[in-house]
Amino acid sequence: MINNSARIIMVNGPVVKATPMDAFQMREMVTVGPKKLVGEVVKLEGLEGTIQVYEETEGLRIDDGVVGSGKPLSVKLGPGLLGNIFDGIERPLNKMHSNDQGYIDEGVGLISIDLACLWSVRFLVKVGDRVKAGEVFAEVIETELIVHRLMIPSAVEGVVKRVLDDGDYPLSTIGVVVDLAADEAQAREVELALYQEWPIRVPRAVKERHLLTKPLLTGQRVLDTFFPLAKGGTAAIPGGFGTGKTITQHQLAKWSDADVIVYIGCGERGNEMTEVLDEFPKLIDPKSNKPLMARTILIANTSNMPVAAREASIYTGITIAEYYRDMGYHVAVMADSTSRWAEALREISGRLEEMPAEEGYPAYLASRLAEFYERAGLVTTRANSEASVTIIGAVSPAGGDFSEPVTENTQRFVNAFLALDKDLAYARHYPSINWLTSYSGYKKSLEDWYTEHVNDDFSSLRTEMLNILHEEHHLSDIVQLVGEDVLPDNQRLILEISRVLKEGFLQQNAFHSQDAYVPILKQYEMLNLMRYLWQRGSEAIQRGIPISLVRATELYDQIIKMKYTIPNDNLEGIGRLKEQVDAYYNALLEKYN
Amino acid sequence: MNRDYLRLARIEGPLVVLSGVENVGYGEILQLTDGQGGIRKGKVIKLDGNVVVAQVFEGTSGLCTIETTARFTGKPFEIRLSKHILGRTFNGLGEPIDGGGAVFPKGLYNINGRAINPIVRKYPRHFVQTGISTIDTLATLIRGQKLPIFSGNGLPHNQIAAQIARQAKIAGDENTPFAIVFAAIGVKHDYAAFFRKAFEETDANAHVVMFQNLANDSIVERISAPRCALTAAEFLAFEEGYHVLVIMSDLTSYCEALREISSAREEIPSRKGYPGYLYSDLASLYERAGMIRGKEGSITFLPILTMPNDDISHPIPDLTGYITEGQIVLSRSLSNAGIYPPIDPLPSLSRLMKDGIGEGFTTVDHPDVANQLFALYSKVQSVRGLALIIGESDLSEIDRSYMVFGRAFEAQFVHQEYDENRTIEESLELAWALMRLVPKTELTRMSSALIEMHY
Repeated sequence: MINNSARIIMVNGPVVKATPMDAFQMREMVTVGPKKLVGEVVKLEGLEGTIQVYEETEGLRIDDGVVGSGKPLSVKLGPGLLGNIFDGIERPLNKMHSNDQGYIDEGVGLISIDLACLWSVRFLVKVGDRVKAGEVFAEVIETELIVHRLMIPSAVEGVVKRVLDDGDYPLSTIGVVVDLAADEAQAREVELALYQEWPIRVPRAVKERHLLTKPLLTGQRVLDTFFPLAKGGTAAIPGGFGTGKTITQHQLAKWSDADVIVYIGCGERGNEMTEVLDEFPKLIDPKSNKPLMARTILIANTSNMPVAAREASIYTGITIAEYYRDMGYHVAVMADSTSRWAEALREISGRLEEMPAEEGYPAYLASRLAEFYERAGLVTTRANSEASVTIIGAVSPAGGDFSEPVTENTQRFVNAFLALDKDLAYARHYPSINWLTSYSGYKKSLEDWYTEHVNDDFSSLRTEMLNILHEEHHLSDIVQLVGEDVLPDNQRLILEISRVLKEGFLQQNAFHSQDAYVPILKQYEMLNLMRYLWQRGSEAIQRGIPISLVRATELYDQIIKMKYTIPNDNLEGIGRLKEQVDAYYNALLEKYN
Repeated sequence: MNRDYLRLARIEGPLVVLSGVENVGYGEILQLTDGQGGIRKGKVIKLDGNVVVAQVFEGTSGLCTIETTARFTGKPFEIRLSKHILGRTFNGLGEPIDGGGAVFPKGLYNINGRAINPIVRKYPRHFVQTGISTIDTLATLIRGQKLPIFSGNGLPHNQIAAQIARQAKIAGDENTPFAIVFAAIGVKHDYAAFFRKAFEETDANAHVVMFQNLANDSIVERISAPRCALTAAEFLAFEEGYHVLVIMSDLTSYCEALREISSAREEIPSRKGYPGYLYSDLASLYERAGMIRGKEGSITFLPILTMPNDDISHPIPDLTGYITEGQIVLSRSLSNAGIYPPIDPLPSLSRLMKDGIGEGFTTVDHPDVANQLFALYSKVQSVRGLALIIGESDLSEIDRSYMVFGRAFEAQFVHQEYDENRTIEESLELAWALMRLVPKTELTRMSSALIEMHY
């Protein structure tokens, strides 16, 4: 195939125009200039074409060449993704600095997963089998945690004509040959390598989408109990700087019960990616006892890397997530932060001289956000297994003000909204998820799961405790004006119990061995005990016992600290605490009767 | 072969437009010679067919469209660096202005730098003692961190920066040399003079490199000044093995210069008229701080910015806060109350602190003490609100203890002298003494063992 070529006529930052480009496709991947910088066609108008370049354009000249690749911006999908770190267009970062300086070079070309590395492949099909797109034809043990299933690519259906024996092969090997037209006299053969390519802006097909009925358990109390996420769901975490977005995203990446995690560091700090790279290999997954890195894929496009690749990184990440979903895994995508992606859109849109909408963002911001979040879902794959992609996007609203375009538009397309709060963060209440403004649309659809797997009164417990917190919010307004002492005792009890809930339940220490991850059963038992404390306290108040006695400082303190003192794998201590509550209030009632 | 072009098509603010130009690279540097023979430097910022748009670092006033000749150098903006830059003063273009002659270069360095690959970064973990209690205890500076000072006009941010420069043990006890790179961006003459004097008082005065673009200098030069400074810092840190502290004042002037040029280029503005790429542009500065695996040196970065109207949600502090690893926020009300340094503990934050304090770095109780102080001081704020309405005498006994704690905390812990250098142990001891002002039961962020040991 002869590749199209053109010559540069304009350079403006990451935006380059060239001519003649009438034979190029929209969204085609191209290389630009003598360094072969990677770019993508974003606009075609007559003979002129506009290209966004994913690398630094310094040094480009008028009349430098542009060469087409004949295909849209795509990523290679195959073993070798897990445990690795890539840039926004899936180039492995460990191959991007040729010299010893440690800076990222431009012009490294379109490298991707290592096609020469040997993998031990076990073939699952034999000659004569009828196969169709999405079915698994071979398996590779990619990491200790994940078996990589090689699938028949889209639009291939036919009869297996040749297949290799099991053994060690590089990914570029032709493993299977399929005859697309087995019934016809003239054979049409397709050779399948051990990897496939997929255009990043096109969602991968599934057989069927389902209602979301399974929670994505994260081990974070405020989420699992009060604002649950669903497998296949979407969530946004908006918050100003310093409110703990990244820590929350890291916690979710570490502890959520997905099989595969795709973490997209989109326009954020370089040191944060370094931290993940440092920390994850040392962390052990509580379910499998294997290093967390074995299930993690990192996409890093830090804030100082070229802006166009930041725009692409979100799509690269979600495409990889869909690929693992198609193998039958539950995948969670953390995008930190979608605001930087939106800003990249804005920057490129400005350079394309498009008409701006709100705050300079392009008018298509909302539809792009919708397209992205719609790629989440709980599905039946084409190979008939249940799998999901969950998207959790951080949003960094300008000035911490949620009424800006990115937050507002995101809110329309996600079902769980976990609002981070500056005041809570200033008081070092972490995670600083505000229980008054956050919501989860999955409470209802997950109710059956909680009833079945935790306890049938789970949702009533949740509602009751959330009501106490809401009540406390109203009361605290009054307290701000007149002080706590003038409130009646039953209202003061609400303040006291809220304090227990906030300090003992909502606050969670990400760096404590027992508190970083808490199983849902312990969450339930803890909250249940707090409700019991509230019930016994109310009972005593009703009997006219003063709040000073009902508030048992020592006892409250023990209950607040049970998150540290009672180990996750042995909940007996909660029963003993309950006995202490009983003993205290029984004695109190006895005395006052 | 370099060709001279004899005529400018247009001059617009800081930009010049040339037409009929061939074989020019994007980002290339050109030399403009005006009618009087004066030489100015420009940079190509747009290529469109044979039309070239360039911005002129020295400004365009006095330029004439017909008498100016332009010569393209074929090179990006590079400065000459060697170890001998230490002790020297340069302008925003990296040219010496101290009368000491040109630097004999070890090499030429592109001032735009390149992104450090995240996989070769070394995660910063080394505690730096600044001798200022609020910073050391509550928003700890870590070697290789970028920690801005958010200030307001008239607040003593320059003194704080100078105090940090003088007291900070960036280099630790190792034998690695230490250097300060200071960039004055759009500041007044007396500010620059203040810093020069302050650095002379440090024992490291020979190790200071200054880049100066004063308030009346060209705004295009203001864009290159921080880049020159950071390029020098990268050279010293990663080629010569220095621990470098980069101080820049004032980033707000930088952003305003960016806005001015952006509007001259007729770009679509986003918030408050600042260009849409302000975030990426600031990131290309801030992200140059850090450490690299296998290299001795480090770049610790303390940018100073004045928040217009003391508004922390203004685009400049806002976008900065999203890129930097925390912030030190100065408070006008503390300053008015006579407290120096007027660092407001609640919005101040160091993101790298969690991995650089505690056992093995500072002391075992440090994380808990910091946490507890935040919780107590945040409670102080709400108790004060209440006291304003009902009067302090009507507060409950516990709330009154918070009032006492709040005053003592500000007067003894936050406040210290300009030349007072407290060790972290002294700061923590002081914190414990102050925490004894509230009842033991209020210390909910601590384990009982710690309370037993120290209370």
